[in-house]
Amino acid sequence: MAEVDESSKPMFAGLSDVSISTDIPVEGEINVPVGTSSQDDEYSTLDEPVKDTILRDLTAVGKKFVHVMYPKKSSALLRDWDLWGPLLLCVTLALMLQGGSVDSKEDEGPQFAEVFVIIWFGSVIITLNSKLLGGTISFFQSLCVLGYCIMPLTVAMIVCRLVLLGGSGKVSFIIRLLVVTASFSWSTFASTAFLADSQPTNRKALVVYPVFLFYFVIGWMILTFSQST
Amino acid sequence: MASNTDFLLQFTEFDEADRALEDSRDATTIRIEDTDTERHKPQKQRRSAPVMSFEEDPLANDDQTELLSGQKKSAPFWTFEYYQTFFDVETHQVKERILGSLLPWPGKNFVRLYIHNNPDLYGPFWICATLVFVIAICGNISDFLVYLGNPQYKYVPEFRKVTIAATAIYSYAWLVPLFLWGVLVWRNSKVINMVSYSFLEIVCVYGYCLAIYIPAVVLWIIPNEAVRWLSIAVALFLSGSVLVLTFWPAVRDDQPRVAIAIMVAIVVLHTLLAVGCKAYFFKTLEVEQTAPVGIQTNSSLSSLNRSTVLTR
Repeated sequence: MAEVDESSKPMFAGLSDVSISTDIPVEGEINVPVGTSSQDDEYSTLDEPVKDTILRDLTAVGKKFVHVMYPKKSSALLRDWDLWGPLLLCVTLALMLQGGSVDSKEDEGPQFAEVFVIIWFGSVIITLNSKLLGGTISFFQSLCVLGYCIMPLTVAMIVCRLVLLGGSGKVSFIIRLLVVTASFSWSTFASTAFLADSQPTNRKALVVYPVFLFYFVIGWMILTFSQST
Repeated sequence: MASNTDFLLQFTEFDEADRALEDSRDATTIRIEDTDTERHKPQKQRRSAPVMSFEEDPLANDDQTELLSGQKKSAPFWTFEYYQTFFDVETHQVKERILGSLLPWPGKNFVRLYIHNNPDLYGPFWICATLVFVIAICGNISDFLVYLGNPQYKYVPEFRKVTIAATAIYSYAWLVPLFLWGVLVWRNSKVINMVSYSFLEIVCVYGYCLAIYIPAVVLWIIPNEAVRWLSIAVALFLSGSVLVLTFWPAVRDDQPRVAIAIMVAIVVLHTLLAVGCKAYFFKTLEVEQTAPVGIQTNSSLSSLNRSTVLTR
């Protein structure tokens, strides 16, 4: 071992000139513990009260709802995507659209599973379509946008059910038609505002048309919803 | 043009040699004279049409098809980029293809003129999706209109019909091209044809030819049998002639019986799709006055027979 030390000493002597030099920024090393402590603060969300955790997610979801109501190009929907809002909207819509009881022999309206599958499967297909056409948006960002933009149609569903409580004559049909048309165009316009920028200009219509078809079909399901007695 | 006449002279020599060989063995005969004149005609038409210049010669086109398909689809099929090559279209190209499928022009081949070795899956997929939903929605609306005066009728949105329509339309748009491609490949091995299509090009043609049915289905809302049959007839004529004009060059060199059989099969299947959809999804006024509601949703061909028998 002694011989090894003696033979390696010259190497170490040479290295000692190179390794510890004044070029190494000492501030970086000083900063790292500070950085890790702030990261520790974020990771230690286990210690915060449950109310804070839930409220943080709820505010994020609520902020996104506001962005859909006033569709301006914002990065909140795209950058910090989440799928809570779409899930909430989809379940609400599917529960309200569920048609009639299971043991009835007639052809019923869409069941919960059918609406759920249409919304999620349709969103996945539209996202795949926009990615295949060369879009720069990511898969979950697109799902997030499409899901949040169902919100006007969910509001229209609630309004339609309230109108149907009043009666199901011609007047109520015209009111429902107007409400559904307005909300379907709002949905399409809102999602186009977020999605169209990710496509090259000569393919925008190719991406917008499936979104139009998707919301049109959902709007049709809402419009033809009839209360089973 | 001088090079083309040299071409002619060369091939007539070959043809004489071929005739000599014909007797000795059951060889595949390459009949060139027809295709020579045929090749000149589309050349002239293409010079007037604003297309890329290298598309002039179908024979060279086939070679280039091999080259281009090798260059374009070089990504392995399990990567995403491979499927992106099938969506390499722009808005105006899709519009042109749809318009080209609506307007048959004798001599203009839909595949050569519009698809240009760039078959896309966007058109076929979304046209079929639109057609499925339009059939379901318009069927619903027409039911509502048929029963408008009837106080006993309770409106139900028949959602099951969407799944049935989707199965029917998508299997037509994918299985029939698969079958047709198989038949063409089989005949190609027996008789060397000058024109051959890839599977995706056939899917493309069939997909775009279904586009004419969308306005026809919207017209079927009107509960007037004459209007419905007229719209079927017009749609069938337009899209059927595009199909026939596209596939005739591929089977023309074959035995006449086989060629006619393939053409007739294409037209018959196209007709069956249109008439079947109309019969299954759209009720007629006369049938409803004689039979209760429940039976109609189950029968397809039987209601077709009934509706054709009962006329005004």
